[in-house]
Amino acid sequence: MPEAMGFFTDTTICIGCKACEVACKNWNQLPATNGGVSELSGDSYDNTRKLDGTHWRHVKFIEQFEGPYNGRWLMMSDVIDMNPAAGTAQKCTLCYDRMQVGLEPACAKACPTDSIQFGPIAELRTRAQKRVDQLKAQGEKRARLYGDDPNGPLGGLNSFYLLVDEPEVYGLPRDPKLPSRNLKSSGVLSAATGAVLGLVALVGLRKRRMDEIGGGGERGSEN
Amino acid sequence: MGSNMAECHPVAFRWPMKAKLNGAKLIHVDPRFTRTSAVADLHVPIRAGSDIAFLGGLINYVVNSRRWNTDPFFKEFVVNYTNAATIINKDFKDTEELEGVFSGLGSFSEPPGWPYNGFQGRYDTASWQYERDPKPPGPKTEDLIARRAGPPFDDLVRSLKPGPAHRDPTLQNPRCVFQILKRHFSRYTPEMVEQVCGSPKDKFIQVAEALLANSGRDRTSAFAYAVAWTQHTYGVQMISCCALLQLLLGNVGRPGAGVMALRGHAAIQGSTDVPTLYHSIHGYMNAPSALRPHESLRAYMAAETTPTSYYGNTPKFLVSYLKSMYGAAATADNDFGYDWHPKILGDHSHIATFAAMAEGKVKGMCCVGQNPATSLNGSATRLALRQLDWLVVKDNWLTETATYWYQAPEVKDGRVHSGDIKTEIFFFPSTQIAEYDGSFTNTQRMLQWHSKAVDAPGDCRTDTWFYHNLAKRTKKAYAGSTAPRDQGWNNLLWDFDPDPGVKPIYPGEPDALKILREINGYMTADPHQHLPGFAALKDDGSTTCASWIYCGCYPAPDQNMSARREPDPPGVPGAHLKWGWAWPANRRVMYNRASADPRGNPWSERKRWVWWDPTFVNPPDPKTGIAPPRGKWVGYDVPDFAVTKAPDAKPKPDGIALDALSGTDAFIMRGDGRGWLFVPTGLLDGPLPTHYEPHESPVQNMLYPKHQMSPVHKVWSAGKPWNPLASVGDPKYPHVITTYRLTEMYLAGAMSRWLPWLAELQPELFIEMGKALAAEKGIRNLDWVIISSPRGHIRAKALVTDRIGVMQIAGKAIHHVGMPWHWGWAGLSTGDVVNDLTAWVGDPNVSIHEGKAFVCNVEKA
Repeated sequence: MPEAMGFFTDTTICIGCKACEVACKNWNQLPATNGGVSELSGDSYDNTRKLDGTHWRHVKFIEQFEGPYNGRWLMMSDVIDMNPAAGTAQKCTLCYDRMQVGLEPACAKACPTDSIQFGPIAELRTRAQKRVDQLKAQGEKRARLYGDDPNGPLGGLNSFYLLVDEPEVYGLPRDPKLPSRNLKSSGVLSAATGAVLGLVALVGLRKRRMDEIGGGGERGSEN
Repeated sequence: MGSNMAECHPVAFRWPMKAKLNGAKLIHVDPRFTRTSAVADLHVPIRAGSDIAFLGGLINYVVNSRRWNTDPFFKEFVVNYTNAATIINKDFKDTEELEGVFSGLGSFSEPPGWPYNGFQGRYDTASWQYERDPKPPGPKTEDLIARRAGPPFDDLVRSLKPGPAHRDPTLQNPRCVFQILKRHFSRYTPEMVEQVCGSPKDKFIQVAEALLANSGRDRTSAFAYAVAWTQHTYGVQMISCCALLQLLLGNVGRPGAGVMALRGHAAIQGSTDVPTLYHSIHGYMNAPSALRPHESLRAYMAAETTPTSYYGNTPKFLVSYLKSMYGAAATADNDFGYDWHPKILGDHSHIATFAAMAEGKVKGMCCVGQNPATSLNGSATRLALRQLDWLVVKDNWLTETATYWYQAPEVKDGRVHSGDIKTEIFFFPSTQIAEYDGSFTNTQRMLQWHSKAVDAPGDCRTDTWFYHNLAKRTKKAYAGSTAPRDQGWNNLLWDFDPDPGVKPIYPGEPDALKILREINGYMTADPHQHLPGFAALKDDGSTTCASWIYCGCYPAPDQNMSARREPDPPGVPGAHLKWGWAWPANRRVMYNRASADPRGNPWSERKRWVWWDPTFVNPPDPKTGIAPPRGKWVGYDVPDFAVTKAPDAKPKPDGIALDALSGTDAFIMRGDGRGWLFVPTGLLDGPLPTHYEPHESPVQNMLYPKHQMSPVHKVWSAGKPWNPLASVGDPKYPHVITTYRLTEMYLAGAMSRWLPWLAELQPELFIEMGKALAAEKGIRNLDWVIISSPRGHIRAKALVTDRIGVMQIAGKAIHHVGMPWHWGWAGLSTGDVVNDLTAWVGDPNVSIHEGKAFVCNVEKA
């Protein structure tokens, strides 16, 4: 049996550039919203508005106004939606066509900081654990992996994350559930797709930085 | 500082993130809290344009700190590798004595032939020079010029040698550089930094302490900057100030150190090396100028050669360049065709050219890969464009520059009628990067070759095709002319057509490798014999080389070093010398002799890079058969030093170029072999950085109340109705505005606003403002806002954030706003032209505009 492949996303070195989103669209020929002409969201520099079948991103790095740069992450592999180009519902294929010729998925290839790493899950787990140990040695005691336990609730997702705080701080549930909200068009979903575990609408705050820099919100200062 | 690296250079930001994985501390000093700030350990706010006050504060803090005065490393580095000990001329007067200006300040009057230089004043730099012994006896330069001595030009170079400079290695002499700079920066206290920059004192001190703790034998610190340090009326001095600080901290020429210019993504570095710039010819030699003593080949050499540095070889670089220009027609008898070479008349930079164009002094323009209709002082730029007889636009899309004549705001609102514009506009569709062969030079000075991957659509042509065929046709047009001014064209060597039997990538396309060979250089007698490096260059015409700094990138017909892709194995300290090729001579860290101590030993095991191996057995010289004595500079990088010159070597009394320098003179491009804390020549606006306010500022200069702005900066079209300027503290324009870039957009947008995937990510122009200003003006997020400056007004949607806002400057609350400038009316993602707000004022050294700090007003639309 071939080795299980997957993603490890180290959120501590993500710079929110959205190269993964563009690379995914480019490789999979997913269309731009409204042909590329759309309105400013007013949501800082982030105009994606929602992640769905045409907008996939590993890490959603939103900078909220209440305090500078509060992060919000939404995992990629959970997204199940219509692909308007193909007219079918699908989820991330890990760029199956690229893998056939020995290339890593487009998002991992495009990630400039190697925040997104693709490879054999077992190897990624080892690498990720080393990174956690390193961060702890550097004083980041809260560094932890999320979704990496093959026997845990997210087992089988093959996409896990490095966080530097409790899951709740990121808005992540301690016990993730099936993404029932995204299954509304279940008529076109295969049983196999429906069985895939995922996460929904994970809202998080980079609380540490907010406390450090925001200093209580309404300063209206240069921060 | 001066960069939002995570958002504007995300690919290069890979390396700070790798450093962070290794435990490095990241500090971001910036007016805005950006994604760079978000991943940094510390963000320090700073008022746009006040960076010299901040850096000057760091310098003052460092030289008075306990650590700097007790760790012997710093003194050893500074005394041996910088000009700290050098004594300055007794006539020199510092800003401390003259309340904000240096000795030598005079007025400037425009030369009648090209009155577009814009200088507000001019320094005579005579008093800034080193105090020296009298010049050694020998033939006089003017006599050698008069009797047309050389080649070889060694005697001419030798005649330029000055007497030795006076030094005080104890650094106690009140006129030594160290004492001058200590006095100069003494008023830059942490309290003053807080007042001028708006940076909290405690955060400023945190930065200073972090730099001190992370500099020394065993640790280094690096600065990275981008255009936020260049786009000022004193931008060069900002960078110079950082270099000064880094030299004091021993952070130059060592791994993990330095001042990194984050340049505009590959092509900008290449375009200054093999220049599209007006003021230099290849390899950073100054362009022959009608305003300098450049009347003849030898006069140029005398004016432009530093005899006691590697630049002592300038005659070799210049003659090899002239051979590249004029081929066999260039001979010793006709001074290698020097008189055919065009000379500049003054400032022909971007703004100066548009200022001349606005007055009808420019007939035509080729605009390739540039979109000036959205550029500086946009409405003045478009006024200038309307005066042209013809305009060529070569781009991927019908940019604003191709469509200004019917779509510009002044045409749409009826102030200008299309029918009145006389300009004939030609549009040439252009290829993109993956559609042709060529090289990129990145910000590390590294050349990387790329090959054509796909065919270009339709009738798109490459830039090489365009200029190759333009040159061939122009040569044809001048053929037969006997006018002296046309002989440069008639004698121009232009042989880039592919060899017979070699299929060009497109019909009529030149051979890119032949262009690379021309740049690398070859033996004049046999173009198939490429030059191995610039040490092989001769001043007698036997070598041909367009750009001496690139010599060695293509040393043999089958060795294109820029195409190499072999990284070092993981875990091995190294410089990846087999990946691409970096100028000069494939060195990755310049001035790396300074990575070893004066005796040639690594400063520490951890910071080992290049060192002296006294036991190395050198092979015999192939010409003489004699082996040099034992000993060689070795290491992970290519040593930036004469490889067999021992650390205790003395300068040769009669020597020129490297022979005039000692075994500890690490800075081989400087005439004294030292890093310059004090800059006696080369800068027009002072030997030491000084804080001035931007031309347009809401506050007075608190450090030097008598001199608000740089006394020698540039104002083009001064007094003309198309370049009005705000006065200091103008109540009509109370806010500080800074322009910036976004990850999703690229420059003036031609490569991003037409691309749906990028357009949707940044669909509209916005102005970013703080909550306090928004509340004061009744502006809510996404409201339409009118932003005005003396040059014009534009509309944008408001983005109200906490990342930018009020600063307390001299007890006055100053609102900061910021705008990305990528937009125009064409493409998928459109918006007003932010540069319609910017002014034609700029830096005296490099003529860049002041786009990072000026003033505006903001009102709800």
